Amino acid sequence: MDFQVVVLAGGNSKNLTPLVSKELPKPLLPVANCPVLNYVLHQLEQSNLKDLIVVVEGEDAALLVGAWISGTFIDRLHVEIAAVPEDIGTAGALRAISHHLTAKDILVVSGDLVSDVPPGALAATHRRHDAAVTTMLCSIPVSGPLESGSSGGKDKAKKLGRYNIIGLDPSKQFLLHIATEIEKDARISKRILHAVGQMEMRSDLMDAHMYAFKRSVLQEVLDIKDTFQSLKEDVLPYLVRSQLKSEALLNRTPQGEENSNEKVSSQNNQAFISRILANASTPSFHGLYSENPDGSSSTRKTHKCCVYIASSSSYCVRLNSIQAFMDINRDVTGDADHLLSPNNIIGPSPKLGTKTTVGPNCRLGEGSEMGDKCQVKRSIIGRHCRIGSHVKAVNSVVMNHVTIGDGCIIQGSVICSNVQLQERVVLKDCQVGAGFVVTAGSEYKAESLAKKEK
Amino acid sequence: MDPRRTARTVSDPKVRQVGFFTPAPPERSISDPPRFQDPIQPPSPSSTQVNDQSPSGNSLSPVMIPPAHHHSDNFLRTALQATSPPKAFSYSAKTVTIPPENEDVASLFSPGRKVVSAKSPSSFPGVKASSVPASELTTVSVVNLPPGISEKAGGASVEVQNDRPVSAKTLKEKTSKAERRALQEAQRAAKAAAKAEGTKASSAASKVVTSANTKPSKATKPSSQKNDGSQVAASEKKGDDRAPEKDRKKDAPHPRMQYDDKSRVEKAKKRAVVKQTEARNRVELFRHLPQYEHGTQLPDLETKFFELDPMHPAVYKVGLQYLSGDIRGGNARCIAMFQAFKEAIKDYSTPPEKTLIRDLTARISSYFLKNRIAKLPLALSESEAKSTLMLDIDRFINEKIILSEKVIVKHAVTKIRDGDVLLTYGASSVVEMILLHAHELGKHFRVVVVDSRPKLEGQLLLRRLVRKGLSCTYTHVNAVSCIMQDVTRVFLGASSVLSNGTVYSRVGTACVAMVAHAFCVPVLVCCEAYKFHERVQLDSICFNELGNPDAISKVQGREEINYLDGFVNQENLQLLNLM
Repeated sequence: MDFQVVVLAGGNSKNLTPLVSKELPKPLLPVANCPVLNYVLHQLEQSNLKDLIVVVEGEDAALLVGAWISGTFIDRLHVEIAAVPEDIGTAGALRAISHHLTAKDILVVSGDLVSDVPPGALAATHRRHDAAVTTMLCSIPVSGPLESGSSGGKDKAKKLGRYNIIGLDPSKQFLLHIATEIEKDARISKRILHAVGQMEMRSDLMDAHMYAFKRSVLQEVLDIKDTFQSLKEDVLPYLVRSQLKSEALLNRTPQGEENSNEKVSSQNNQAFISRILANASTPSFHGLYSENPDGSSSTRKTHKCCVYIASSSSYCVRLNSIQAFMDINRDVTGDADHLLSPNNIIGPSPKLGTKTTVGPNCRLGEGSEMGDKCQVKRSIIGRHCRIGSHVKAVNSVVMNHVTIGDGCIIQGSVICSNVQLQERVVLKDCQVGAGFVVTAGSEYKAESLAKKEK
Repeated sequence: MDPRRTARTVSDPKVRQVGFFTPAPPERSISDPPRFQDPIQPPSPSSTQVNDQSPSGNSLSPVMIPPAHHHSDNFLRTALQATSPPKAFSYSAKTVTIPPENEDVASLFSPGRKVVSAKSPSSFPGVKASSVPASELTTVSVVNLPPGISEKAGGASVEVQNDRPVSAKTLKEKTSKAERRALQEAQRAAKAAAKAEGTKASSAASKVVTSANTKPSKATKPSSQKNDGSQVAASEKKGDDRAPEKDRKKDAPHPRMQYDDKSRVEKAKKRAVVKQTEARNRVELFRHLPQYEHGTQLPDLETKFFELDPMHPAVYKVGLQYLSGDIRGGNARCIAMFQAFKEAIKDYSTPPEKTLIRDLTARISSYFLKNRIAKLPLALSESEAKSTLMLDIDRFINEKIILSEKVIVKHAVTKIRDGDVLLTYGASSVVEMILLHAHELGKHFRVVVVDSRPKLEGQLLLRRLVRKGLSCTYTHVNAVSCIMQDVTRVFLGASSVLSNGTVYSRVGTACVAMVAHAFCVPVLVCCEAYKFHERVQLDSICFNELGNPDAISKVQGREEINYLDGFVNQENLQLLNLM
């Protein structure tokens, strides 16, 4: 279908410390015992998109991700990994690989997207309108644990920051305004408002970081605006803002192509055909705007910015904060368990001690051992964990190779790989970084524990 | 079949009267009597010498309501016959059915589509010494590909389907049937085109012909053309590809599937690409039409975007635009389709061990193109063959659509006199051009644009006309009987003219024509010759399309008057949006 897929996997994410580290870059962060990147790749594979470029920040991370992909998707996907320097942003990453882009349209997916929205839907919308950019919007997920509102104030602050202010046209097909943060005042182009007549502002939608770009437009913008760092904060708003006064260059390429196609037919007939075609469809406001009052289409150049709004029944969350990490873990084992790819099926069932209960919505990795009288509820436990007796784990995520001593109580916490919890540790809403050792009997609440970097 | 059907056939004649049945008009001679002695109407007895025969004829065939023939010098095809009442645009009527078979319909471009791209296809990105040092692509996971991975790395534009060459054969065989069927549904334009092909020689210059005029040529030409076409084809590709053979069979007017025939519907469902959910509350009279839950098809097709890989993107795009109603009108659809095919042909490359003639016919199911491809000499090289085909397409568009419209416009403008009040219904591209051209010539006339809910296509026409400075009146079809008093001429577009003279056009057109008839206003139907079809159709309601019922029960942008909210699923409410 002439689409090229770029997965922006990212590297180390500050939002997710201490969960991610040098050894465990963000793409490999396990969600229900399965790296988060797997969800994206699996979904793309389902859609028959087997040629991918995965962009990873940092050389080391790229090696790790590459090793994992080649181990998991050998013979299934044709993946190329590109390592880009850190902190150049999403736009920078695309700029770095833009010379590899050859297809007509580029599908850019964020590597931390856990969703069941088919990318084909986005691509089809993009093609249908012949848009310069199409973005997927999804409703903002319900955040926070199902139980008590135990999420800390920090998380709430982050949640607020994630709001998008999005302006749509009445038919909900075109994007008229997008702002990432809540600002005191929003600037909306008068020209756009005038052309559309009516704009619907929504704050209940979220940019899902899945975009389809016209390649020529994307490369053009990346070339010219070399200060642009982020797709979401720079490139997309720029395209949206300039959709009615797009520089001629944005439209030049498609027109040039058309003309070269039709060398044969005379220019006159060409105009005739295009007029018939134009009259046949209900013009969008772009078309109406670019018309002069006397009906002749003028030199005003426009490009379309479309949206695809995922239906509210579909699942679509980005893993960009610890809270989101917890939510996704909960949902993937619970409501949205269809997202789990088949290779994630639990191996040989773990050894359980006597009187140990494992509640619903739990997931235990292979080779984990549990002592007597443990209780596990709504939690995920990775591979090869050793859990002593009388341990309670509720709403928690325990990654691989974790040793938990007897009598520990873990609530709403994330415990990374190779952590040692000695006896009678009580953790509530904590994040424990990889390799950390929690001394016996200590109690922590809403803290993030990590080994000091040496 | 099922008992309901048989009962229906009995009651059919009555049903048909529901249509637009004007009792014999009282006064008949609007145009001069000599014109009625039009020799070109022999085949249908009820339509010859209408003036005196018609009233009594009604009891015999209630279907054929004799139209008054206001023939003005052989150009004007007069009032629509009653057999063609509310017809959907045949093209838009296909919106429902195209995409289901789209995969098959539309030029399947699959195996080894090695794009002829100028961008060094053999450069392996990992190896490529690139100017931007930041990113080297490392191939970490590779699908096992039999031939040259190195060619593949260029990017997505080079889509090598590793399993295709193996399965292409079986795949083709599987789909070929559906493909054919699909063709019939989807590429009406092309078919009509192919038909018109036959008449081309005779009628290329005079595009505007009365339907009667074309009958003789219809009867003979298409068949002869068909024959020799298939002979050539058959001799050239006896072995594996029987397409032309089947094409010919299908070419005889194909009984469209009756959607109240359950077993057939089941079969059709299995073939369909688009999931079709049946609507629940169906109007009894229109049960035989495809009744699909609106709004389920588009998302479904969208979801499959990447899975329908063998299809060319341009073709997919057109299918999507058809389905979503982005392209309306026969000419526009036809042009869009051909341009998509052109793209597809441009990007096509013959897979190894195949010949272009055989492989491409299997992929493109347009009658016109298949014929063309089959007629290509074997000796032609691939690029030559492709450019020939593209030239053929261009020529088709130029001759059949553009030239014919110009001829129609030129001719029709002579019918417009100063002081005329012209009425048109909906938005026809030809009629629009006639009006604009007449205006450019400086004629003084007024235009009445009659429109109807829910599509309101007339508004777009109106917008363009008013902008050009024409004086216009805009009204809805409800008021047509009031406004008709002033009107001196009615111009209508058509999606098709069938061989018995039936005109096939947007729903509501017949209504306008009948009112015009009652008021003794001449009706001119403007239709390009490529839209002529040899099918005969007596029933007015057998090929309609049902639209989204929401469109009539809701008013866009005016939520305060949506009284039917929440009623849609009521068992005793049946909404009928005939298109």
